Amino acid sequence: MTVNQIVMECLQIALLIAVAPLFVGWVRMLKCWAQSRSTASLFQPYRDLLKLFSKDVILAENASWIFRFTPYLVFGTVILSGAVVPMLTTKLPLSPSADVIVLVGLFAIARFFTALAGMDIGTAFGGMGSSREMMVASLAEPAMLMAIFTVSLVNQSTSLSHIAEVMYSGHAVLKPSLAFAFIAFILITLAETGRIPVDNPSTHLELTMLHEAMILEYSGRHLALIEWAGMMKLFLFMALGSALFVPWGIARSDSLLMGLMAGVLLLLKVGASGVVLVLIETGLAKMRLFRLTEFLGSAFLMATLGMLSFFILE
Amino acid sequence: MDLQTAAQINSFLAAFVLLTAFGMLVQKRIYSLIHLFAWQGLLLSINTAIVGYVASKHHLYISSILTLSLKVFLLPYILHVLIVRLRIRREVETLVNIPMLMLIGLALVIFSYHLMAPVSELSKLITRSTLAVALATVMIGLLMMITRKHAVTQIIGFLAMENGLFFAATSATYGMPLVVELGVALDVLIAAFIFGIFFFHIHTTFDSLDVDQMARLKEGD
Amino acid sequence: MNVVMIFSPIEMASASILLLLVFAALAGLLSRAQSVLIGLFSVVATVASALASAAGALSVWNGTAERIILLLGLPDLPFHLRLDPLAGFFLTVIGLLSAAVSIYSAGYLKGFLGQRPVTRLVVFYCLFLAGMAMVVLADDALFFLISWEVMAAASYFLVMFEDERPETRKAAFVYLVIAHVGAIAILLSFGVMAGIATGFESFGGYTFDAMRQASFPLGWATAAFLLAFFGFAAKAGMVPLHVWLPDAHPAAPSNISALMSGVMLKTAVYGIIRVTFDLLREFPWWWGAIVLGLGIISALMGILYAMMEKDLKRLLAYSSVENIGIIITGLGLAMVFFSFKLSVLASLALTASLYHVMNHAMFKGLLFMGAGSVLHATHERNMEHMGGLIHRMPWTAALFLVGCISISALPPFNGFVSEWLTFQAFLLSPSLPSPLMKLFMPLGAALLALTAALAAATFVKAFGVTFLGHWRGEHSSSRIHEVDWLMRTGMLVTAVSCLCLGIFPATFIDWMDEIPLQLVGSRLSVSATASGWMWLTPVAQERASYSGIVVFAGSLLVYGIVYILLHVNPGKLHRGAIWDCGFQKLTNRMQYNATSFSMPFRRVFGFMVHVKEQVTLSPQTAHAAFPKRLHYTLRIRDRFWNWLYKPVADASFWIARKVGRLQQGRIQSYLIYSFVTIIVLLLLAAL
Repeated sequence: MTVNQIVMECLQIALLIAVAPLFVGWVRMLKCWAQSRSTASLFQPYRDLLKLFSKDVILAENASWIFRFTPYLVFGTVILSGAVVPMLTTKLPLSPSADVIVLVGLFAIARFFTALAGMDIGTAFGGMGSSREMMVASLAEPAMLMAIFTVSLVNQSTSLSHIAEVMYSGHAVLKPSLAFAFIAFILITLAETGRIPVDNPSTHLELTMLHEAMILEYSGRHLALIEWAGMMKLFLFMALGSALFVPWGIARSDSLLMGLMAGVLLLLKVGASGVVLVLIETGLAKMRLFRLTEFLGSAFLMATLGMLSFFILE
Repeated sequence: MDLQTAAQINSFLAAFVLLTAFGMLVQKRIYSLIHLFAWQGLLLSINTAIVGYVASKHHLYISSILTLSLKVFLLPYILHVLIVRLRIRREVETLVNIPMLMLIGLALVIFSYHLMAPVSELSKLITRSTLAVALATVMIGLLMMITRKHAVTQIIGFLAMENGLFFAATSATYGMPLVVELGVALDVLIAAFIFGIFFFHIHTTFDSLDVDQMARLKEGD
Repeated sequence: MNVVMIFSPIEMASASILLLLVFAALAGLLSRAQSVLIGLFSVVATVASALASAAGALSVWNGTAERIILLLGLPDLPFHLRLDPLAGFFLTVIGLLSAAVSIYSAGYLKGFLGQRPVTRLVVFYCLFLAGMAMVVLADDALFFLISWEVMAAASYFLVMFEDERPETRKAAFVYLVIAHVGAIAILLSFGVMAGIATGFESFGGYTFDAMRQASFPLGWATAAFLLAFFGFAAKAGMVPLHVWLPDAHPAAPSNISALMSGVMLKTAVYGIIRVTFDLLREFPWWWGAIVLGLGIISALMGILYAMMEKDLKRLLAYSSVENIGIIITGLGLAMVFFSFKLSVLASLALTASLYHVMNHAMFKGLLFMGAGSVLHATHERNMEHMGGLIHRMPWTAALFLVGCISISALPPFNGFVSEWLTFQAFLLSPSLPSPLMKLFMPLGAALLALTAALAAATFVKAFGVTFLGHWRGEHSSSRIHEVDWLMRTGMLVTAVSCLCLGIFPATFIDWMDEIPLQLVGSRLSVSATASGWMWLTPVAQERASYSGIVVFAGSLLVYGIVYILLHVNPGKLHRGAIWDCGFQKLTNRMQYNATSFSMPFRRVFGFMVHVKEQVTLSPQTAHAAFPKRLHYTLRIRDRFWNWLYKPVADASFWIARKVGRLQQGRIQSYLIYSFVTIIVLLLLAAL
């Protein structure tokens, strides 16, 4: 472990924390353009966060420690996940501590606590959100594992750094299995980050809420942390997609210059993925809850087809 | 284009043929179904052309063009006209729920892989690995015919099955002799016409194209 | 350490069993002084369990097998005892959980003071513990079956403890029937193996040693395996033989449920491992495929039924079905790998499976003790009458939460480690030579992922409905109080074990490394813990790695930093009324409860479970949209009752009726039966 590696690790976490709201601002801006609305500033998410941080917290009278602990846990878990996904370099000191399955586990524990927090106050909305969120997660999980399975078949590893390095070496170009896994990954990303057509991040209409319903009772810095964590999660999924499927540009050494270039490239890639995200969100309508089985079923189908085509065709 | 690249493109196309087959299996809207069918035809036609180029079998170009004109333009057009005339707008019902259909479809793919593994071992062609995909496409077409209630979707299932057979022929033996292929193409075309005429008659008789209604033709009720 | 020097592990284990048996025999003398009895019992049981656990741990550490031959039992058929690493591992698990539960029991049984005598419970509890220890120590078929029956009978009486309730009697009866059908199958299996080992003329084949040395023809081996698997699966509660489990566990007192679910089911897992990997040793791959398939089905069905449940203890019981399924899945995977001679992979899968054995003992013990505490405090098992207990019982809530996180396979707790190892074993399945297995294995992994996700949902429900929100019960919750320190200590021990198993997996895998070496011929530690105690790398560092301690320490660090940064200059924190989008008239009945939480799951997965929903409106209303009263009934039935058990029961009644016709009551007809029988027999002999 060199000093450079530790510096890169810190830089990467700082990048994640700092840029995630910008990315959300970018997505919102694109969406406004796509729907011919006038846009807010690119930096509006920062202002929102700042506003929330400076407000007092109003806590429901029967909130327990779980409700108060959850925002910190969610925020911390996302940062921890950010520390293991190769964004700037594949030589991250923390990367071996968690492979892609552990990463899924880390997201799962954040979801577990958010769902509990949703039930803590004892409102109907909170419980509804928790129940639905867990249902969606239980459908997304097999698809996610199948996509991981396919990627790890091609790359002979579940370690994120190693996957990125193998992809680099170029044997993995133009494989149908990876193409399918990628499509599956996109569908799962929509589900996991709560985007249309699975969930609508900007709705507070009671019957369509999933994630928002769980965090309805939060305010002040707690809400800010949860919102920020949500933004980072979105950014992280984009970075994860980049590491798993298009790792070109990520440094394979611990040189800071390469890391800087990787950072710039990452921003470009993530920015481009924002365009795709907006196209999907604008083109589709939010699905009815029970149509989601079909949506996530097709994610599972894609991932499985990827696995099958690896065996059959490659 | 060297052999390696061709093989890669071929398997890529095979994968997407399979994908369109699954798409048709689970698609509920009839227009999208026809579009998917057209896409599948396009993939087939490209695949045939590539195989023809690599294997330097020039008659495959003809069947590629034939596929393109017939399966990408003509048949989808006929089907389109059919559903406009018959005013079918509704979503098409499937008998089994969709996630279940997907699982059955996946099981069929595994089954065909298992069945075709020994055959693929014998073959020396670059396209041999796609044989399992072709068989799976045929089976999924059949599954589609079984699980759909609507007569128009059944004919699409039938045509998808034919696509699978065509794909199998291209990948197993670099295509059938041209005469046979022309004959098959003609058959498919005529079948489509006959189906079309039949549907009009069925529609006027039963006021519906739900195949359950045809059970009334049974004697003795 | 002195004790360790003087006594060998098997002597320690025997001493522990002896202590329990002696106490069981003498407990009756103290039946007048119930509170003294409870105190003494708890001390003795805890000491004996700790002793057994230490013996097991040492024997795994030593890696050698020790034997004792007892000149008891039938003439010329002495009892053989043997403590090898496999037995030692299970002895450790049994001892560890029973020690925790015995501490807990001291507090729990005080609840019965003044209500009913607990002498019977104490006696059978000790017999039960002794029986389980004897099962894993047994080295011949005779002693094994005797121990097995001691364990089964003792647990039957423990389930029957509160026998004034009819549902308890029914549950205990079903348990007894299924346990004995299983026991018969095990007996037959041993019979087959003993017969092949030395021929049916001599009795020498009844020792496991004789079976180990024999070579079995495939047909007989398959028969023996299938019988043994059936028998042990009935005890383990695998689908479709699981129906006794969700009835018996809730009927028993909670400390007993913790033991039954946490360790008694594991003796069946032990039996399967012993018979396949140790006694039969060579088998075709499809045995493994059967085991694997049934394991996955158990896991999935178990968690689906758990999801639908609203009775906390039944939910936990169904979740045991799921976890046994995961264990058996790992075992099946190990069998498949082993039959293809992939011994490193087999050792990975076997380790994953054994690790889950230990994990499940810890967290399920913890959860049942937690449920027992809730039951103790509220006298309620239905989650829909609970809620908000986290304010009344903060300790129980926190410890129960640890159990929930562990069982939901979330890092950095222990459940995650074993699931992760199982997934890694699945991910290595492409190295199998059989193409069909290659394609089906990943689907199994996907089902396992589904199971894990459903488990997380189930335990969000269990914890959320029981401990969070508002109190849903009809009576006031003001009398509910935290349980005493003994019960908390029992739970704390298991909770700490859950955490330790989660963050130091490499240490534990190093410790138990001798077991896969002896059973499948390859050790895991060469690769798995090669990078030091912090890192777990099943095959190679590049392939996959996990560090529980880094994840744990990292998360603590990050939470700490965020918390401190935010509290340098904290904004004010007010307590206010619940907002709920501005809705004012919130009542406790508007909360999501267990039934509503599982509703989306019923819609999506309902076709696998027998769900019957009915909504009736009360009649006199002006319009159907404005009913005065709505009555909602929901029935979830176990499909297997109708598919499997009802036909068998019906058929046996039908046969009984038919046979009953022979019974005419006239002496002449009975004579005719005898006469005809003799004639037929003579005819047969003449032919």
